[in-house]
Amino acid sequence: MSFSTSLPEPFSQITIPKNYIGPILISGILFAAHISFGILDTWTKLFSAIGAAFITELLLHRFVTGKWRDISSAYVSGISAGILVRSPMIWPFALCAAISIASKYVFRYKGTHIFNPTNFGIVVMIIIASDSMAVLSIQWGNNMWAMLVIWIVGLITISKVNRFNICATYVAGFLFFAWIRSIYTGGSFMAEAAPLTGPMYQLFVLFMITDPKTTLSTKMGQNVVAFLIAFVELFFRLGEAVYAPFYALFIVGPIALIFEKWWNERKQDAASVVR
Amino acid sequence: MNKDLIKKVTVLLIFVLLLSVPYLMKTYDEFVNAEYFDSMEEVQERYGFYLVDITAETGINFTHQRATVDDRLNHILPQISSVGASVSVVDFNNNGLPDLYFTSSEFGSMNALYRNNGDGTFTDVADAMGIADLNIPGLGASMGAVWGDFNNSGYEDLLLIRWGKPELYRNDDGVGFTRVTDEAGMPGHINANSAFWFDYNNNGYLDLFIGGYYHEDVNLFELSDTRMMPDSYEYATNGGLNYLLENQGDGTFRDVSEESGLQETRRWTLAAAAADINNSGFPDIVLANDYGVDELFLNDGNGRFRNVSQEAGLGFVPKSGMSVAFGDIMNRGQFAIYITNISEAGVLMQGNNLWVPARRSSGDVPRYRNAAGNMGVEIGEWGYGGQFVDLNNNGNLDLYVANGYVSGEPGTDYWYDYSRVVGGNRNIIIDAVNWPAMDGRNFSGYQTNKIWLNDGAGRFREVANVVGGALNLDSRAVAYADLFGTGAMDIIVANQHQPVKIYRNHVTIDHNWVSFRLEGRAANRSAIGAKVLLHWHDKQTLKMVSGGDAFASQSQRPVHFGIGTTDIVEKAEIFWPSGEIQVIENPELNRVHHIIEPQATVSN
Repeated sequence: MSFSTSLPEPFSQITIPKNYIGPILISGILFAAHISFGILDTWTKLFSAIGAAFITELLLHRFVTGKWRDISSAYVSGISAGILVRSPMIWPFALCAAISIASKYVFRYKGTHIFNPTNFGIVVMIIIASDSMAVLSIQWGNNMWAMLVIWIVGLITISKVNRFNICATYVAGFLFFAWIRSIYTGGSFMAEAAPLTGPMYQLFVLFMITDPKTTLSTKMGQNVVAFLIAFVELFFRLGEAVYAPFYALFIVGPIALIFEKWWNERKQDAASVVR
Repeated sequence: MNKDLIKKVTVLLIFVLLLSVPYLMKTYDEFVNAEYFDSMEEVQERYGFYLVDITAETGINFTHQRATVDDRLNHILPQISSVGASVSVVDFNNNGLPDLYFTSSEFGSMNALYRNNGDGTFTDVADAMGIADLNIPGLGASMGAVWGDFNNSGYEDLLLIRWGKPELYRNDDGVGFTRVTDEAGMPGHINANSAFWFDYNNNGYLDLFIGGYYHEDVNLFELSDTRMMPDSYEYATNGGLNYLLENQGDGTFRDVSEESGLQETRRWTLAAAAADINNSGFPDIVLANDYGVDELFLNDGNGRFRNVSQEAGLGFVPKSGMSVAFGDIMNRGQFAIYITNISEAGVLMQGNNLWVPARRSSGDVPRYRNAAGNMGVEIGEWGYGGQFVDLNNNGNLDLYVANGYVSGEPGTDYWYDYSRVVGGNRNIIIDAVNWPAMDGRNFSGYQTNKIWLNDGAGRFREVANVVGGALNLDSRAVAYADLFGTGAMDIIVANQHQPVKIYRNHVTIDHNWVSFRLEGRAANRSAIGAKVLLHWHDKQTLKMVSGGDAFASQSQRPVHFGIGTTDIVEKAEIFWPSGEIQVIENPELNRVHHIIEPQATVSN
């Protein structure tokens, strides 16, 4: 099985390793957004997050396994924390990144981590440090073309790594439940759907719920989980939680992973008994 | 097996340690700053002052009433009509006592001019003077007022800004006011929330800056279109134009806004102030823009202003600018710039900006860096007026910062709905119809104003709860003045849709002070723009006469310096806008000196 993805002509000679697609995509979005809107207060905060992610990953992995490891996923976690965390101080950026990475070594089931690292870091930071930070939600540009470009480029790239179905299911689920909410609350559908057009969701949909390490292995499973995230988010939104999608993924993600592993083991056990 | 367990436990401990970092930091901070006092005398001994709410004793009984706008905005009325409470200090009758002017906004509600009776009480004379009934359908709702002697008559005239037509009232020798709006050539409808007087061309006549917030085509009282909200929460480009009105010296003003370069952007200017920050001899302009970046316009002395915001380092990070104040916080003869923004725990953490001159500043464009975090004045809450004032007369400028947006029903919160819309696409956020109804909900209300004391060594300490100034109304404008002739800066706070508060300042008698009431001759008579550099105790403290600053406020005209226990001042250098430099050697302490350009005269 190839772990690379081909680029269109005339770049067909160049292949990008699959695990670098995420880092390259998120870097591209970040630089585009920064050039367009200057979304990064300072580079220092971003580099603090990336640096903390690298250090935590390298040290913990070395300590636990005795080996050094590739830091591409730490880069994604660090850069995600650098974008998602909003604080005038530097330490929340570094701490969020460090907690994100550390969670991978603490919350494990059958050999793999069960939380999306950045999602875990963000949710925990909201709980323990809300007086010092917020999460990117309303602090970005509101330009339609920039939004469309990010969505289109992001979705094309995501489809290259076979995760388009997750994004599409989640977006469809979100819009469906936005409609339900608008009926239930009597508010306008536009207001309910508005968050989907914002930057927080671009990152959430393109990166968090599509993270290969914390998504299910089957398309059906992925779609069900994406829909369930939108469903659980419905209740958080009815409870007026600003960061509803993060909470929903925080709950649904690990349960789904544990269930899949348990289900697969059960099936294997049944198969071995039959043999 | 044991090795594995040790590794797991170690990783777990590291994880727990990471989780506990915020708690440990907070606990340490509380431990270091814990202080308990048995009496206000102990507070005075510790901090050099305390504040007492004496509003009732002064006879000032003024409550701001917010404007009622078009019915189509009713669902978000509290946030649309979230401004309009203002305060300006003026000695309108030249009796040496500071008087107070407050604005209301609802049509039919009255503005107030409280004359200082000199005995600790005030009397509202606005109606008798003809400047009370100024909230009129068709003309507009008051948003603020600034005073300046535009005709150099010796009496301070009134500029009233509104969501509507600005009004100019000439002061008739302190016994009445005459409306001269039309003959003076004031512009038409502006949704203005900021204005100041300054002599931008140093010709001896005061000019006017008026900042637009909503687009000037928007009539908030009769909307033609609900697409009048900002088109972005942080990069909005559809705000009102800013205006520069040049005083012709004959009682008229000429609109030079476009040629001056001040209309190149359409940001949502909420506060503005002027100071000669690059020592060019001409006043420059700093704008605090809501939904955008701070802006700095340098005055080239030839009628043009150059936007150097990015070059100067303060035009990069978009926030929600609400107030502009200048202060020499390090006693180095340089102004820092304080701009308030929004910090709401867990939702929006912009942090206030304290722009301090960078060491590598050179040439005509000064460089600034944001030192708010390092100096401890970054995290306010939903900030409005942020005013530099030396509260304890120790020679270090302190900060009073108004906080609080809309105090609604306790236990409710509008932030969720707000965050949904303002994070959305341009076509959603721009239309008021898409904004969820507030339904009386609380929106960053009941927040406490901050009082940050400057330790003179680069750190500020928050003491509002200790010194008696912990006001938790929806405060907007903050002004200071020596209301009772004690040599202490008292605090006046105008609150949105709520009563005004007056705080009397009790400063320790150990701390000396000196004040200068300036009167221009070649320069404008109000001496607005004049700078005073005080040389004392190996320090150089710079202050200036302001024509309006912070948020919708204007403080006392005399330039006041606290000097702590120092008992001698070497000299005061006065830099008049006309270019004249005057030196006062060893000014007598603990008194107000009346200085007339160009030579000093006897104090009052």
